[in-house]
Amino acid sequence: MMFDLGPYVIPVMSAWAATLGLLGLLVAVSVREAQRARARLVAAEALDAGEEK
Amino acid sequence: MQVTNRVMVPLWALCGVVLVIGLGWGLFGTPNDYQQGATVKILFIHVPSALMAINAWLMMLVASLVWIVRRHHVSALAARAAAPVGAVMTVIALVTGAVWGQPMWGTWWAWDPRLTSFLILFLFYLGYIALWGAVEDPDKAADLTGILCLVGSVFALASRYAVVFWAQGLHQGASLSLDRETHVDNAFYFPLLLSMAGFVLLFLALVLTRTRSLIMLRRAAALEARAEARGAHDV
Repeated sequence: MMFDLGPYVIPVMSAWAATLGLLGLLVAVSVREAQRARARLVAAEALDAGEEK
Repeated sequence: MQVTNRVMVPLWALCGVVLVIGLGWGLFGTPNDYQQGATVKILFIHVPSALMAINAWLMMLVASLVWIVRRHHVSALAARAAAPVGAVMTVIALVTGAVWGQPMWGTWWAWDPRLTSFLILFLFYLGYIALWGAVEDPDKAADLTGILCLVGSVFALASRYAVVFWAQGLHQGASLSLDRETHVDNAFYFPLLLSMAGFVLLFLALVLTRTRSLIMLRRAAALEARAEARGAHDV
């Protein structure tokens, strides 16, 4: 059987869980920052356009 | 921004597919090693993250050199965007290495050339990120972090070649090498290549996303400053 971690269940699964958790956190933070940056740019463009009229 | 607008969704999709296949194959589709047992499955996250930890710094070096020579603002922002990604990759490499080392070497940590140079590289990442946050003027911050990046490149290269320069310590030699005919068994080699490709794509997707965010924030700040100046002038 391919997926038989034997006595190394804890080290293998904890290494994978830590990796996937950190990568997931990094992706989530990056996407959230992108959304906030876009929202701020849209608001700034609206402010700029409003004042130019 | 118009070019990357079209690229982002396919890039994230490709990255997700390659990562799921590569990591899934590595974890569920490879046999245990005859000596290391199931701990060999840590290979598929440890090697790609270590690869990206070093290459992220080298990408930052190229971007910093472009900034220093050509004063191209996007390159400075790309270097800044890559730093947290590289730092996380370095943490993953250090943590997975320690978790792998404990059952195989009998210790979580050793002051081995490769491990030590990686720890120093991580400290450089932290210093780089802190320096960007500490200097208010973005051009000055880009200058200072560019110089820090040049200095840190010594440790990035030392991390890359530590197992070649100093044949001592617990860490084994490189699992993969372009200039060697022998490498890990094919049962591990192909899923490892796919995992590495997934990490490269993830790095590209993250750096592009983060660079675009920084460009948008800089544009927004410029527009807000212009509106504020106009408001002050009207008063």
